[in-house]
Amino acid sequence: MKMSIREAINQTLHEEMARDDRVVVMGEDVASDQGGVYGITEGLTQKYGVRRVIDTPITESAIVGAAGGAALTGLRPVAELMFVDFLGVCLDQILNQIAKFRYMFGGQARTPLVIRTMIGAGTGTGPQHSQILYPLLAAIPGIKVVYPAFPADAKGLLTTAIRDDDPVIFCEHKALYMDECEVPEGEYLIPFGQARTVVAGSDITIVAMSRMVVIAEQAAAQLKEKGISAEVIDLRTLSPLDEGAVLESLAKTGRLVVVDESNPYCSMASEIAGLAVERGFDTLDAPVRRVTAPHTPVPATPCLETEYVPNAAKVIAAVEETLAY
Amino acid sequence: MDISPEKLADAYRLMKTIREFEERMRSEYQQGKLPGFIHIYRNQEAIAVAACLDMTNEDYIASTHRGHGHCIAKGCEIEAMLLELACKEDGLCNGKGGSMHIADMSKGMLGANAIVGGGPPIAAGAALTAKTLGNGAVSMAFIGDGASDQGTVAEALNLAVVLQLPMIFMYENNRYAEFTRNPKPDGRIAERAGAYGMPAEVVDGSDFYAMYDACQRAITRGREGGGPTAIEAICNRFYGHFEGDPQAYRDQDELKQERVDNDPLVRFLADERTASLTAEMTSSIDAAILAEIDRGFEVALAAADPTPDKLFTNVYIEYAGRLR
Repeated sequence: MKMSIREAINQTLHEEMARDDRVVVMGEDVASDQGGVYGITEGLTQKYGVRRVIDTPITESAIVGAAGGAALTGLRPVAELMFVDFLGVCLDQILNQIAKFRYMFGGQARTPLVIRTMIGAGTGTGPQHSQILYPLLAAIPGIKVVYPAFPADAKGLLTTAIRDDDPVIFCEHKALYMDECEVPEGEYLIPFGQARTVVAGSDITIVAMSRMVVIAEQAAAQLKEKGISAEVIDLRTLSPLDEGAVLESLAKTGRLVVVDESNPYCSMASEIAGLAVERGFDTLDAPVRRVTAPHTPVPATPCLETEYVPNAAKVIAAVEETLAY
Repeated sequence: MDISPEKLADAYRLMKTIREFEERMRSEYQQGKLPGFIHIYRNQEAIAVAACLDMTNEDYIASTHRGHGHCIAKGCEIEAMLLELACKEDGLCNGKGGSMHIADMSKGMLGANAIVGGGPPIAAGAALTAKTLGNGAVSMAFIGDGASDQGTVAEALNLAVVLQLPMIFMYENNRYAEFTRNPKPDGRIAERAGAYGMPAEVVDGSDFYAMYDACQRAITRGREGGGPTAIEAICNRFYGHFEGDPQAYRDQDELKQERVDNDPLVRFLADERTASLTAEMTSSIDAAILAEIDRGFEVALAAADPTPDKLFTNVYIEYAGRLR
């Protein structure tokens, strides 16, 4: 069935709440009739009631911390951190508490928590509502970080996240909510740590994540017209990372471009480039190129935001430079 | 007050265990036998014990960096605790938590916390579990007077009121936030909590009976669906912020006086309501406590350190990526 990411996430929440009473949804506006800013939680309150669909005050430390405490004691909360930028006001509960429960308690803790959060630029929401921040999250041992680009992946990965016994941060790119694709009917799980080859190719590997997969696909289509066969790999999960998929594709093509909407320093693009150099050096025929956002905040200015976000033209330029090396 | 002689004996045993446990700990720590930072609870024992005496393993507490007393009051085993404080493999947390992160999920003890104010949101979450499952359990966050100023505490207070959580905010106002005298007058903390819309009271934290009475009411309120309660227990910190802090910043005469006037064990034994506890009984309890602590230290200090591979265990339950 064809549906958007928004619908896929909503359907998954309905299915998982029906399957397991311990699944609760909590956050700002989640119990409202419209189901939050983008209608993600629409219809849950009518079906499962306010006992399991819990509206909270606008207090992110309490939302995330209480969701962590609830997970530690027997519920399976899906908490909403409306925009990932709000990590700035609740990081302690993720970084010092939830991520470390299992380790610092010597394996006694089980924290089946999902934090859903909106990421990304492209909708004119400015410096404090448009960041990516997943490199910061992926750097924390003890949590998993997931970021689907397509509705089918959103369903499969969210189902896995809700059934996973470790804390998972599930990143939803707000510019992708309405894109539609076929989504499998019924129960559908995608294991973490498995990248997907979105476009098969032989001349160059383009590794991308979240919305950048769509950009990379566009670039690959245009490159094909120029006779260049690009392989596009969607990482799907950042932590755990499917290093094998990157290295295998690189072994085939010998060239690598990484497309990442993060700021450049300590980005996922840096991580993938490091991986290629450390473990795929013998297979590299050219330097790795990173296409990222610049080392600037995200401007609210629409024309500057367009400059900020990597696009197909920038990816194509990087590919051509790499091939010309 | 309705409290059986057996329960009184138990209260004494727990308070005295905390006292002896920590005095021995200090001495071992001073000899370099225990790693990390330790924070001593002496003279606050009545608070933890009164708070946890009517709790079961299904009730939850979130503790602080000054957490040994909370652990003992909640029923953690002495030997397992000592193995943890010595950071040994067989400790409660496999030695990876130590004094400031010790936890015992089987006892509903959700962890000491090295982040001041880190615990209340977690305790609110445990209260949310209890409310959602409707199991009658309660959850308590221990909060120092220093932590009472943290935003996380304010957020937890508000959430507990909005969601009517079965939660108790147990403030331990020992009047010192690390090395600095807390400028708030006694009672201000309870006032603040009350302003969020929950019953809040100020109690003499060195008086076991007053504490037990207040805790019973708060716990009953929580179990019966009456929502959260705040208790500001006024107490005194016998030793420094951490072991090794000589408290040079305190008025030494005042400190000496507080140590004597507000020793909860002395006051408990002198109280006429404690008459059922005879000197014979206390000396027998004391002997058993000392023997248990001796045995615990003997085991803990001789126990094996974790093997190097333990660095990588229990980061996740399952992980498809690389840890090294």
